[in-house]
Amino acid sequence: MAFEGLTERLQKAMRSLRGKGKVSESDLRETMREIRLALLEADVNFTVVRKFVKNIRERAKGADVLEGLNPAQQIVKIVNEELTKTMGETDVPLNKSEKIPTIIMMAGLQGAGKTTTAGKLALKLKKEENARPLMIAADIYRPAAIDQLEQVGKQIEVPVFQMGTDIEPLDIVKAGLAQAKENHNDYVLIDTAGRLQIDEKLMDELKDIKAYAKPDEILLVVDAMTGQNAVETAEGFNDALDITGVVLTKLDGDTRGGAALSIRDVTNKPIKFVGQGEKMTALDVFHPDRMASRILGM
Amino acid sequence: ANFRSVDEDFFEDLEDTLIESDVGFDMAVKLTDELRDEVKLQNAKDSEAVKNVIVKKMIDIYDEAGNGENNNINLVNDGLSVIMFVGVNGVGKTTTIGKMAKLYKNQGKKVLLAAADTFRAGAIQQLNVWAQRDGVDIVKKEEGSDPAAVVYEAVQKAQKDNYDVLFVDTAGRLQNKVNLMNELAKMKKVLTREIPEAPHEVLLTLDATTGQNALNQAKLFKEVTNVTGIVLTKLDGTAKGGIILAIRNELHLPVKYVGLGEKVTDLSKFNPSEYVYGLFKDLVN
Ligand SMILES: Nc1nc2c(ncn2[C@@H]2O[C@H](COP(=O)(O)OP(=O)(O)OP(=O)(O)O)[C@@H](O)[C@H]2O)c(=O)[nH]1
Ligand SMILES: Nc1nc2c(ncn2[C@@H]2O[C@H](COP(=O)(O)OP(=O)(O)OP(=O)(O)O)[C@@H](O)[C@H]2O)c(=O)[nH]1
Ligand SMILES: [K+]
Ligand SMILES: [Mg+2]
Ligand SMILES: [Mg+2]
Repeated sequence: MAFEGLTERLQKAMRSLRGKGKVSESDLRETMREIRLALLEADVNFTVVRKFVKNIRERAKGADVLEGLNPAQQIVKIVNEELTKTMGETDVPLNKSEKIPTIIMMAGLQGAGKTTTAGKLALKLKKEENARPLMIAADIYRPAAIDQLEQVGKQIEVPVFQMGTDIEPLDIVKAGLAQAKENHNDYVLIDTAGRLQIDEKLMDELKDIKAYAKPDEILLVVDAMTGQNAVETAEGFNDALDITGVVLTKLDGDTRGGAALSIRDVTNKPIKFVGQGEKMTALDVFHPDRMASRILGM
Repeated sequence: ANFRSVDEDFFEDLEDTLIESDVGFDMAVKLTDELRDEVKLQNAKDSEAVKNVIVKKMIDIYDEAGNGENNNINLVNDGLSVIMFVGVNGVGKTTTIGKMAKLYKNQGKKVLLAAADTFRAGAIQQLNVWAQRDGVDIVKKEEGSDPAAVVYEAVQKAQKDNYDVLFVDTAGRLQNKVNLMNELAKMKKVLTREIPEAPHEVLLTLDATTGQNALNQAKLFKEVTNVTGIVLTKLDGTAKGGIILAIRNELHLPVKYVGLGEKVTDLSKFNPSEYVYGLFKDLVN
């Protein structure tokens, strides 16, 4: 990794502290600065960082941790705890409908990993619950989006419902849901086209699909490498759709993944899964503590 | 933020704006310091004057980091030019090839595409749709075949049939995957074996929404494939792609094109002043 972890940063910042016994206001300031930098380098949004560091400062001040033997370690522990807490619950299961099918809609920016994740989730459900999912190809825009989903479907042996690209996505969803009902599929995964959260026309398209399909789960799929903009994106999609969960993809890379904290902070929606590779089996449940350590470079 | 008088608050906002654009903390501090000094030096007082000083200085800084490289696409006058696209997953490689192929086709060039992403589901069909849209030719093999073999076949055909430009589409790969990076090096070697100067361009595609990891991407792809330039995609969104400034500063890689949407025409040559102005638009308006 190119960046220093928080532990090394704090060790360095607090070297001068050792043996002084008392911690001055300026030592505290220096420590908070290092925390701020570590989080910014991990791509946590700067307004989220500001808020977070303020909380840490309060806790650090109140707890006389700075007078202990190894103040750096203690601060790291506090930061790690707070980060884990902020990132929420572990292992939040998928929402399920009382009667079948449970409907899951994927949404997100272009190239985030929606289509791949739809396949991964379908396979997971198949393996773990013996489920009989159907995937609906509702991306009529991206060249060969339907081919992509069909190939994914073939790999995992899950049927794909498609009607080509000359028909509105809402109509595809309507017909797809009718087929799922007829065939008693227990899960339906709707693959939608990537779009910008500022694209009103395409966001309206998703709202219409949501109004008709009443999905039990609307998963915002976000690339873990996303920078400061994660906040705007997540806010945009959440305001429009009231998402129910988040999937963070491409965590098999060497990014710190600070976007996780930003998204959690602005949406307050659980991160349910993480994508760890291109293979259909590379989907894991989200662990806040692991994510916290990763963001902090530990 | 808006500003009337240029005080310390203004420069704090400026630093925040830069951080928010993904420039990175160190780079944001460095740039803010330089801009503060320049505003003082030029004795700029009102907002209009400050705006001009900042934008001009930023362009200077961008140019200085350049090591005198060429911002144009390196095309040979007579014979085949090979342009290879590399980058992590989902950034816009295939789409950018679709756009650039049309650009060259419109200039009367004979263009060939190589579908060397044989891995991702639907990748070959995706490039094929672009070939049809653009009215250009494509070399493709079965899904799962060796990408280096596709590259070999394509460069053979391009030479034999007198094509002017060959675009090589490669599968997205994360820079920390050693095997996949080696595969990329192998594709490049095949090209160089056939034509010593090829590939004439290796374009690293970066997604503007990417944060600090883009610097790692640039470092490692440069190491493995000797990247010659950057295409910064998805600038039509709300992300600014400020990390290109840090990349420019550390690795001296120029941005050559920017992607501004999903349509074939949504591609522009990179214009530093327009870009810099876009970074500060909200601050200086
Ligand atoms: N390494 C890695 N690659 C992934 C992961 N998830 C998806 N990808 C890759 O990311 C790229 C984009 O994935 P897609 O599933 O096509 O993304 P999408 O959101 O459907 O894209 P659009 O439909 O164009 O908006 C592909 O190359 C995928 O193989 C992951 O967890 N790790
Ligand atoms: N808004 C916007 N979307 C873009 C732009 N460039 C590409 N895209 C979209 O981003 C998604 C991914 O683009 P691709 O061209 O498939 O990306 P890639 O790098 O070839 O992806 P892999 O081959 O899977 O690694 C598609 O939905 C494209 O339409 C752009 O400049 N702006
Ligand atoms: K992306
Ligand atoms: Mg898709
Ligand atoms: Mg591609």
